[in-house]
Order: sequence, then C-alpha cells, then structure tokens
Amino acid sequence: MLKRSFLTGVIALAFSAGLAAAEPAKVLIPANPGGGWDGAGRETMAAFNKSGVFTDGVSFTNKGGAAGTIGLAEFVRTAEGDDNALLVTGVIMVGGAISNKTPVSLDNTTPLARMTNEYNAIAVPADSAIKTPQDFLAALKADPGALSVGGGSAGGVDHVLLALLAKQAGAPVDKINFVSFSGGEILASLGGGKIKAAISGASEFRDFAKSGRIRIIAVTGPNRVEGLDVPTLKETGIPIEIGNWRGFVGAPGMSEAGRKTWLDRFEKLHASDAWKETLKAHGWEDAYLAGDEFKAFIKAEESNWTAALKDVGILK
Amino acid sequence: MMDILQQLLAGFAIALQPINLFWALVGCLLGTAIGVLPGIGPALTIALLLPVTAQVAPESAFIMFAGILYGALYGGSTTSILLNMPGESGSVMTAIEGNRMARNGRGAAALATSAIGSFVAGTLGTLALTFLAPTIAELAFIFGPEDYFALMILSFTSVAVVMGTSRVRGFTALFFGLALGTIGIDTQTGQSRMTFGTLELLDGISFTVVLVSLFAVGETLYVASRQARTAGVVYPLKGGAWMTREDWKRSWKPWLRGALIGFPIGSLPAGGTEIPTFLSYTVERRLSEKPEEFGNGAIEGVAGPEAANNAAAAGILVPLLTLGLPSTATAAVLLAAFQNYGLQPGPLLFATNPGLLWGLIASLFVGNVILLILNLPLVGMWVRLLLIPRPYIYGGIVIFALVGVWGLSTSWMDLLLMCGIGLIGYVARVYDFPIAPALIGLILGPQAEIQLRRALAVSQGDWSVLVGTPIAATLLAIAALVIFLPFFVAKFRGAMHESKA
Repeated sequence: MLKRSFLTGVIALAFSAGLAAAEPAKVLIPANPGGGWDGAGRETMAAFNKSGVFTDGVSFTNKGGAAGTIGLAEFVRTAEGDDNALLVTGVIMVGGAISNKTPVSLDNTTPLARMTNEYNAIAVPADSAIKTPQDFLAALKADPGALSVGGGSAGGVDHVLLALLAKQAGAPVDKINFVSFSGGEILASLGGGKIKAAISGASEFRDFAKSGRIRIIAVTGPNRVEGLDVPTLKETGIPIEIGNWRGFVGAPGMSEAGRKTWLDRFEKLHASDAWKETLKAHGWEDAYLAGDEFKAFIKAEESNWTAALKDVGILK
Repeated sequence: MMDILQQLLAGFAIALQPINLFWALVGCLLGTAIGVLPGIGPALTIALLLPVTAQVAPESAFIMFAGILYGALYGGSTTSILLNMPGESGSVMTAIEGNRMARNGRGAAALATSAIGSFVAGTLGTLALTFLAPTIAELAFIFGPEDYFALMILSFTSVAVVMGTSRVRGFTALFFGLALGTIGIDTQTGQSRMTFGTLELLDGISFTVVLVSLFAVGETLYVASRQARTAGVVYPLKGGAWMTREDWKRSWKPWLRGALIGFPIGSLPAGGTEIPTFLSYTVERRLSEKPEEFGNGAIEGVAGPEAANNAAAAGILVPLLTLGLPSTATAAVLLAAFQNYGLQPGPLLFATNPGLLWGLIASLFVGNVILLILNLPLVGMWVRLLLIPRPYIYGGIVIFALVGVWGLSTSWMDLLLMCGIGLIGYVARVYDFPIAPALIGLILGPQAEIQLRRALAVSQGDWSVLVGTPIAATLLAIAALVIFLPFFVAKFRGAMHESKA
C-alpha cells in the first residue's frame, strides 16, 4: 500500500510539476457533461489556450442540476477568495436561483464577463407530424399535457419559452408538460421519440440534426442561425425572442488584483482570432460585456426574470 | 466486413508506431495510478491533460486517453481486492469476494482473474465496438425512461437479495443508501430536501465520501477494535501467485457472461459501468455450483464484475463515436477533446477521419495487452503488501482517505460526514450488514427517481407506462422473480416433502 501510494504520488507530482510553475484555472461547470454550459466552459478555455492569452492549464469540475444552482452553491461554498476559480454561468442560473428561491445567488460571486449569446431551437423527432411552429402551437392548444417537451432545468429559458408559447397559443400555462433533462440524454430521448419535442440551444441540436433523427422547426433569435435552414419564430408570426447568454463569474471575495487579471484576459481573448473561430464553429453570437456593466446586467436580468416567471405562472 | 478488417489493420499500423506505443504506455500507467485513488477518475484526469496534449498529434492524444480509460478499471480492482477499499464505483462489487479471497490467502488468484478477466472482456468489448457499434448504438434510442427505471429496480432488488447474511440486512443497507441519495436540491423542481437549512448539504452527499467512509474508515475501526486479538496475525499467502486449474475453470464463464452484460449496458446513454457489475455479481451467485462460497471468497464474484466493468468501458465509446452522444463524464471529456482538434464524432467521422478513429480503436486492443503485461507480473508484488503489519497498512489507509476527501472539496462538512458515516460503517461491519447495497442505493437512487418522474411526466401520471414497453415489463418481471422465487421454491420443496411423507 505504502509503496503503491508513493508510486502514485510520484506520478501525480511529476504531472502537477509541469503545471505548478503556472497557476491553472479551476473552472466549475454547473451542468452535467455534454450540455450547453459544458461546451461553453470547455470551448472558452480551449480558446484561451489557442489564442495564447492564458495557457497555464485548466481543471474542470462538472456539478449539474437544478438550473445550475447546485453548482452555484458548490462554487460559493468552496471557492471563496480563490483568484483562479471560475464559474460558468448564464441566464438559466439567474432564472433557476429565483424560481428555486436558493439561499445563494450570483450576487455572492464576482461577475467577470458575458461572452456569448445563443438562441434556442425547438426540435421534434424526424417522423413527427409537427412540421412548423404553427403546428406546435396547435398541438399545445389541443392538449398541452399530451405534448411532452424536454428541456433543461425547471424554471430555465427552455421552460419559460414553452410557457410563452403556451400563452401565445391560448393554452393554459399550468397544464404544459415540461420534462427536465441535464446533459446529452435529451438528444437520445428526442431521437427515440420518447418525448414529443424538445427545446435546447441551437448548437446542441444542429450537429445531431445532421444524423437525420431529429428536425429543428424554429430558432428563437432575431436572425436565422448560420448553416441552419430554419425560420425564426418572428418570421412565422410568433412575436417571441428569447436568448441564452453565458459568461463567467469569479469567486466570492476575489481580490481586486485577481479580478483585474481576469478582466484583462477576457478582453484579450475577445479580441483574438481564436475566439472568433470558436464563435463561428459553435454558432454563438458575440455578447461580450465585462466587469461592472456585466454586474449591472445581471441585476437587470434578475428583476426581468422575476417578472417573467410570475407572468407565466412558474413563480407563485 | 473485409473493409472493416482492412481499416482496422491500417489502424494498427498507426497504433503500433513507437511514439504511439509510448503514449499508450503512459496512458496505461496513469490510468492504473488514478484507478487506485478514490475520487480521481478518468474524466478528471483526461480533462486535466487536455491543455497539455494540445501540442501532441491527435492520434497520440487519443491513444493515451484510451489507456487512461481502461487503466483506471484495472487499477481500481487492486485496492478493492487487497485492502477492501474500491478506487472507483465500478470496483465496489469486486471488493466483496475479492477481499475475502485475499484474506484466505488467495489474493494472487483474485488479482489474476481480475486482470485476465478485464483483458478478455476489454478485448471482446473492443471487438464488439469494432464490428457492431452502429447496431448497438440504436439501443440508445430504444431505451426510454421507464426502461431505465426498470433496469435500476432490477439492480436494487437483485443486489439487496443476494448480498449479506439476510434480506432484512440487505434491504436495510439499500434503504440507508436511498435515504442518503435524497439529500440535496431536487433536480426536477429545484426544491431543497433534507438539507436542514445547511448550504453544504445543498449539493447532496458526495459518492466518494460515502465510499471512503463505509469501506476505509469502517474497516479501519473494525480492525482496530479487534487489534488485541489479531495484532500478530498476518494474512497467509498460499497457492502461489497464479490461478489453479480449478480457478481457470471457474473463471472463464463469468468473464464471458460479464462481457455480455457489460457491453450493451455500457453503451446506453444512462447505463454506466456500475449497473453491469451489480447484475453480473447477482448472475454469478445464482448460477454458481458452489453458492455457499459466496460471501467467503468465490472467484466467480471477482471474475464476473471485473469483466463487466471493462466491457462497459468499451460500450461507453459506442454512442460517442457513432452518434457523437456523450453518455458519461468521461465520454463528454473525450467529446471535448475531439472538438479541440476540430473533429465532430458521429457517422461522418468514420468517413472524414478514418486514420484517427481506427487508430484509436486499434489502440484499445493494444492498451489491453499492455495493461495485462503490466498487471500480471505485479500480482506477486501487490500481494506482498498484505505482509505489512496491519497497523501500518490501516494507518496509511486512513491518511489516504482523509487527504482524498479533503482534496475533493476542501469542505469540513465532508470530513464530519466521513467520521459519522464511518461510524455507521463500523456498526454495519460488526453486525454483518453488507455495504454494497448502501452504495448502490446512493448511486442509483437519484437516477431511478429522475427516470420514474420523467416516465410519469410523459405519460401524464399514468402508472401503467412503467410496464408499457416489453423491455420494462421483462426487467420488472425478473426483478419480481428475484425477490419472490426463493419463497416459492422453498414452499414447493416443502410441499413435495410433505406429500412424500
């Protein structure tokens, strides 16, 4: 045993020695592997490396569930004062913290930068009778309970979008059948026809749609998504636009120097070619907003979402 | 078919290049090392290495990752068998019979059957991946929430029934694990449960903490409490470092059955490497000609689960490579690695990048051989660890456990939990409650709940959906049989007896 632990210790040391010269970032991803936040976290850090802005290594931890608030709680609990700890965040977490009435919120963290905005997409199994957004609304109106729609956590963008669509269709919002998923399992469930439709990020559906198992019927941004021959909701006469921004926050009690270092890094990353390539490859819209402006934006989002969640009946 | 063979040969040409062999060896060594440590798994290791490997050719990087993936499973079994301390959740079942064997002086045979079984099943799994991947991948779309729920119920009942000295003890342990699993934020509604207002409990109780507490701490306390009587006793070494003829005879069928159970379940999006080991253990115990040996060191109970978890690891690659669908944390990290190199796994990858893909598949075969060569000669050395006086061994285990738990989250709550649950582990050990069902409850309980609620949401509350598919109905029927069949058999035998009299 002792011999063995020495052996592993030596191996671990040999590996950490390579990284220990610099200080690797510790990124907490508040979702299970394979989902949108996971991609955002890993791709952004990869772009950091590729652009040469930050090349000191990264360790990722996935802690999924409850609209990212489980990860948020973990982050607030374990990362206090750590200048190299980052949390991937986004609008889903803002909504989740409100509807879950969690004792911790983004106010406990140090906002750094909003990086991307990604519009949602609505998809159905390839052999579904639902071909257009209008078909979808009709199905919702006919029997909202029978239309099981998969999405992220309860109270997140996907859930709110479904509620807004129900309102638009004139269907009772409290009868909608929203099924929560975390990670890549939603694709298998939709492809296998276990659920009737699903709402998720356009990029998550895009690659999978190429396999011909699912069909995307609409995207929710102001413009069409490049490489996708799919109309926006607005084009089809449904006045709904909803997006899924993602960004990074630092630890509670991050030092001013640490905050400056990271704000500087994000600014350089944003200007780099590697970042532009990453945005293009994933169909993300550039939504760079940093520091105090980002902090104010989060505040505004919190009040917007409180209103929206009450409006659609999720928040009583 | 010829086409696949040709491409596979081309893949071997890549995997057998000296530089790639070197990376495969590095991956296997690293994987074995992290397999020993609870809490550090292949997903974390590969994620840590991603930035480092950006400088390496993609073929070499993936060949190393494959070594890590398989190596972790080889390493996890060593501590399970010798120290009754599983390094990975897929090795929990190995500890049960494997550690008993080690105490009976048959540790070498246990290590050998687990290494060879891992090799056999890993190779069979990789063969299935090579030739059947597109077909097996379809399973991902056939399995719905009700099927997963039934699969988990089957795991629960089979494990609780076959484990331990009585059903009451088995089920008590299972429900203890299920209860622990309900702590934390409910993922479907976001409401916190059983957290008693503590922020620390919102994340739920980490599996590693419970694993380390129940096994390492509980075991150490037990050994310490018996110290006066056993201080001078050293576990005997006998039977040499090799498997006997009978060991071989009793191992080969469990290896094959383990591979057969492990591969398809591993290839399901919510399958994982744990469920196959639970099921394999149950099957072996039921089929064994010497069921009385189970609980006292039956070699089948090591051979089956060890084969199952390695075949499942090959299965995990099926949905990833054929559909681009990551089913576990490790698969998701691999997906990220592909994307780092600008590659999107899926049907197109076979056409656009055959060299990389077939090189990776060939390296899985190569990695298995390397791991077998690494592990078999070491068997003789590992078992000598048992000759170290127990106070030193267990002192080392406790330090290891403390560092592992603290390093995971740097949380005082976790350390407190470790002490509390460790005490429960001690009591369980004294009164002969099995530990594995508690861990299974903790791993599968939350998953079973989510799948149940998804199934009911889709069916709008109609409970008949739970037997609505042939798969679900069959699995639940088998689960019911597992519980009730022994009663009927006993009754039937009793009736026969009476009528004869």
